[in-house]
Amino acid sequence: MDKREAQRSLTDIMARFTGYVGKRLPQDVLDKLAQLREGEQSPLSRVVYDSMFENLEAADRLDRPCCQDTGVIQYFITAGASFPLLGELREILGDAVREATREAPLRHNAVETFVEKNTGDNTGTRVPWIEWDIVPGDGATIEVYMAGGGCSLPGAAKVLMPAAGYEGIVQFVFDVITSYGVNACPPLLVGVGVSTSVETAAMLSKKAILRPIGTRHPNPQAAEMELLLEKGLNEVGLGPQGLSGNSTVLGVHIESSARHPSTIGVGVSVGCWAHRRGTIRIAPDLSYEILSHKEAVL
Amino acid sequence: MKKVLTTPISNEDIESLKAGDVVYLDGLLVTCRDVGHRRLIELGRELPVDLHGLAIFHAGPIVAKDGDGWKMISIGPTTSMRMERFEKDFIEQTGVKLIIGKGGMGADTAEACKKHKAVHAVFPGGCAVLAAVEVEEIERVEWLDLGMPEALWVSRVKEFGPLIISIDAQGNNLFEANKAGFNAKKGPIIEEISRQVRFIK
Repeated sequence: MDKREAQRSLTDIMARFTGYVGKRLPQDVLDKLAQLREGEQSPLSRVVYDSMFENLEAADRLDRPCCQDTGVIQYFITAGASFPLLGELREILGDAVREATREAPLRHNAVETFVEKNTGDNTGTRVPWIEWDIVPGDGATIEVYMAGGGCSLPGAAKVLMPAAGYEGIVQFVFDVITSYGVNACPPLLVGVGVSTSVETAAMLSKKAILRPIGTRHPNPQAAEMELLLEKGLNEVGLGPQGLSGNSTVLGVHIESSARHPSTIGVGVSVGCWAHRRGTIRIAPDLSYEILSHKEAVL
Repeated sequence: MKKVLTTPISNEDIESLKAGDVVYLDGLLVTCRDVGHRRLIELGRELPVDLHGLAIFHAGPIVAKDGDGWKMISIGPTTSMRMERFEKDFIEQTGVKLIIGKGGMGADTAEACKKHKAVHAVFPGGCAVLAAVEVEEIERVEWLDLGMPEALWVSRVKEFGPLIISIDAQGNNLFEANKAGFNAKKGPIIEEISRQVRFIK
């Protein structure tokens, strides 16, 4: 396959995968939702959970995006430095988004800032948003993330003084979730970034919600804090759609970096119950494996 | 049995609803969100749809061309609180009876619901295909210059729901009551976790 053909082929794969991620939730999210549904007995909770599962079934049957808000597409790339299409990936992903917007279809969400005009194809300045991590090797792993506006609205980051301690992080997480969580379509996946400054903490908080649900931070204290936050937020009991109930979260994940001794940067990102995340691993010969959706046929 | 409201919705129908009730809608439903509200209230532009007795949906759909018309692909609620700044005046000026969205709305909207006999209801968020199959047809679209999500899509719906009444015309506000409960629980939980995460020593 020459380079042109290869580029065409990867564009096609990524367009279909992007559309697919908007239609079917990953298995870990489905399993967690099923578990939380069992734990809710109130009539309103049941109405909501029944609607959620009926909706997923209808999205599957009719091959449509399960939530109308298919977001501004974000890609998180972990690329081998010698991946053959490294230099073309940005163009490939832009084209893939245009194609998915037509074919899936996706809602037109990219509004050119200051121009205040919807571009109509979900691309625009720096959009799709791409985060790069370059590693040794010749393959690439690409995460597709599609978040509605509702679950992006609670997003917040700030820098605490060391005196606030990790206790300050707990307060911040609870303030964000109890103030803005009801509108973000609970049960929520909560990502917390702990780092030096706003941008590093915020980015880590987003990376935290890309982890499979229930995976734990490698540091035992951080893992313990994940569990404590999960248990505590569930005790607050936002319930599905904030109508109150026995649970609030799909999970709490923390990602961290080493930090400056004078600061504790904390970021919170929130994923909604329709947590549309997909992971695909591309080999140098462009054969691929879908890690998030084992059943997927593109 | 399903309780179904039909547009135009009467004041009597509205007064029979209580926060927490689950109802469905037959008739005309018009999408209207941020810019639609802003145009009417801030810019003083006349709405291209007469909303008296009708329902609005805080939603931006995915639609597809279908011959000369349009087909509803996916349409779920968006965060109603974004429209709080405008909704009181919006209810007063348009005569809308049912406002559908997700999450709660604030005191100003609740006051307007009480005064003008209107209610706010929640359609479960993210359930956009479920909602789309309850749309019989898209009758027309207005203000398409705003783009697909912000345009006013005028749809005829059949047993559209479930709709959970969150603000009723007596002024009860389900989410405000829930929020007070959440906040009351929060303090002791934070204190307990904080005791266990004093990692800086």
